[in-house]
Amino acid sequence: MNDRIEKSIELKAPVSRVWRALTDYREFGEWFRVKLDGPFMAGQVSRGYITYPGYEHVKWEAVVQKMEPERLFSFTWHPYSVDPKADYSKETPTLVEFKLEATAGGTLLLLTESGFDKIPSDRRLEAFRRNEGGWTEQMKNIEGHVTQKP
Amino acid sequence: MSHKSRSGIASRRRAHAPVFAALGDETRLSLVAKLSVGRPCSISQLTGGSRLTRQAITKHLRVLEGAGIVHSVRAGREKLFEFHPEPMEEIRRYLDLVSEQWDQALSRLKSFVEE
Repeated sequence: MNDRIEKSIELKAPVSRVWRALTDYREFGEWFRVKLDGPFMAGQVSRGYITYPGYEHVKWEAVVQKMEPERLFSFTWHPYSVDPKADYSKETPTLVEFKLEATAGGTLLLLTESGFDKIPSDRRLEAFRRNEGGWTEQMKNIEGHVTQKP
Repeated sequence: MSHKSRSGIASRRRAHAPVFAALGDETRLSLVAKLSVGRPCSISQLTGGSRLTRQAITKHLRVLEGAGIVHSVRAGREKLFEFHPEPMEEIRRYLDLVSEQWDQALSRLKSFVEE
């Protein structure tokens, strides 16, 4: 069984454009739906708040791992850290990697999230319980937003 | 969050986390494969045809038991091991959720850079 998520998507935009959308903290915030305090820097903590309607209390926190221009952007984080009272800092985070490759039509983006086997059991269950219903609602928000502001 | 989903999760409350770890081993995966197709097996049956010792198999079964993937039942003097698929189904659903989240985020990224 897979303990990682892998995605690939073809983007009709040059690698430099995609790189900026991924690593400029304001641009990242636009499509990821998070308001970040400041620029991404390798080895530094990135903080902010989720900007989904109804989820504004949810903090964003990640540690930027690698920034290899136009090739690799990676960070570690705690997926579904939605409980403001819980301390997620002691848990082993998952690793998110964005890899870029130039193609004839633009850019091939490969996304990997790995390390789910390290999440403590209580949290996994909690994360699951909290999000099972929540996501359905959130999908509608996302869909609405994308249609309005393509 | 609906009542249905909440009670659904509560009723299946079990250790979730060790499931990935338990399955991240070829021997254990092959034990799961054996148990998932047939009836409950004894340690001797599981050791048969394997190069591993009874002790090694026992150790692996204990890990699978800890993750809730395998349950042991008594049949007379013998201890039999049977497959329980629920923990695997749950982590699959969990990953599906995270996966879905990424699909949405990447599709927003696509619109963002292609506009």
